Amino acid sequence: MIKNITIGQYFPGDTIIHKLDPRIKIMIIFLFIVSLFFINSFYPYIFVLLFVASSILLSKVPVKFIFKGLKPIMFIIIITFLINLFMTRGEILFELGPLDITKEGVFHATFMALRLVFLVMGTSLLTLTTSPIALTDGIERLLNPFRKIGVPAHELAMMMTIALRFIPTLLEETDKIMKAQMARGADFESGNVLNRAKSLVPLLVPLFVSAFRRADDLAMAMEARCYRGGENRTRMKQLKLTVRDFVSLSIMIVLMIGILLFRFW
Amino acid sequence: MIMKISDLIHVYSPNSPFEVKALDGINIDIDKNEFIGLIGHTGSGKSTLIQHLNGLLKPTKGKIIIDGMDISSKEVKLKDIRKKVGLVFQYPEHQLFEETVYKDISFGPKNLGLSENEIEGRVEEAIEMVGLDYNEVKDRSPFELSGGQRRRVAIAGVLAMKPRILILDEPTAGLDPRGRDEILTQIEKLYQNNDMTIILVSHSMEDIAKLVNRLIVMHKGKVAMEGTPREVFKKVKELEEIGLAVPQITYFMKAFKSKVNDINDEILTVEEAKKEILRYLRSKEND
Repeated sequence: MIKNITIGQYFPGDTIIHKLDPRIKIMIIFLFIVSLFFINSFYPYIFVLLFVASSILLSKVPVKFIFKGLKPIMFIIIITFLINLFMTRGEILFELGPLDITKEGVFHATFMALRLVFLVMGTSLLTLTTSPIALTDGIERLLNPFRKIGVPAHELAMMMTIALRFIPTLLEETDKIMKAQMARGADFESGNVLNRAKSLVPLLVPLFVSAFRRADDLAMAMEARCYRGGENRTRMKQLKLTVRDFVSLSIMIVLMIGILLFRFW
Repeated sequence: MIMKISDLIHVYSPNSPFEVKALDGINIDIDKNEFIGLIGHTGSGKSTLIQHLNGLLKPTKGKIIIDGMDISSKEVKLKDIRKKVGLVFQYPEHQLFEETVYKDISFGPKNLGLSENEIEGRVEEAIEMVGLDYNEVKDRSPFELSGGQRRRVAIAGVLAMKPRILILDEPTAGLDPRGRDEILTQIEKLYQNNDMTIILVSHSMEDIAKLVNRLIVMHKGKVAMEGTPREVFKKVKELEEIGLAVPQITYFMKAFKSKVNDINDEILTVEEAKKEILRYLRSKEND
């Protein structure tokens, strides 16, 4: 199940979408999410769909991967859909025992589900086409102006990079320890909730021990290479804005203005 | 025959872009009381193979029969397989989790549902088997022991389940020369004093040459060679082609032979080399 989460699963490529400046991509996604919440009718969704579909096409990420990102939140989408479907009052279409399905209910439910789907599609497209390092780099640069009010931009970005870097390592480690304990007869699958929680001790203790050991080693290795935080640190890959960055941001802004006009006009 | 593997195939993440055929038609028979060495380059399928042997992985195709029990059939309980086949992973000390050595070693036997008395007996026996002192270490925390000791405690944790087949995956990786020698001596003793079949996975040709009585070489998910260490280590070229080697002393003796004709170069251990060189020198003196 853990393997299905797309976040942090970079799909390498060399397309326009991949090459966009991560700062711009983050800004676009931010505006995209805000716009989604301003939509209150169906027509703007056509443009959102066009926008998302063309981005996916341009990025050459197989659609399968995008849908894989939807899988873990399918449950939430379905629940939202059902709650909206049955709980909205209005013109009754038909009745299912004590539950009514209303015209407004169908409308709202589809609407909410679509919003969630687009939300996840957009964000997974961001993480699929941006390497974690570029992503944190972008976040760091975007947060930089806030340093004056005490936001530790570099430290936050470094923490994120390290956390992302260690997700696969920890998964692998978990798998290894789990197997080692299973070879000693441990049973992680059966029993009631209490027993199952107890059976996790032989897994969690070694996992924590190794996580701390790794943290120690990493800190030592970083210090050995004179890491002293963000001060005066230069980068191998300088972020530079190019024409395509301005063009894509403009497209997003046009889309957003359109959505806002549709809403408030 | 204690173990029979026939036409074993294993495919990781089948029907996906990440599909990998890790094992491709493995056939191995292992007799009781054999000491098998398993070597192969990284990614040759060794780890996948040994994980099949105690039911951690299920074969995609093929059969594994251990002690008359078909382990892929649904009626067989995993516990029964794990009682028979003990698997010691690489860096086994990373799996230690209890407060005391005693508690940690008793984890396996406890999972088998044994009585308190039986467990105590087994823990004591297992600690002695790996050459540690029961009374001295049983109440200590495994985390305050030395690296070599910790590894031995972890191995004891598997031995306490009294497996009939013991599989060790690189038991000496990352140990200093002394810890290494200690572990290897213990393994040799285990083999000699107990009614046990041992499979040793190792990258050290020296260790393998010294210990095992049959060698299985894996390459790209297949069994590439099989035979006594002496037979296998004769094929220097073939071994090198698949990223392996022969013991250094064998290379040395081969180089030696290119200088002097009258010497046997089918040598696997330093001990043998010493004898052979002495024999050669003495025969020279007599001339």
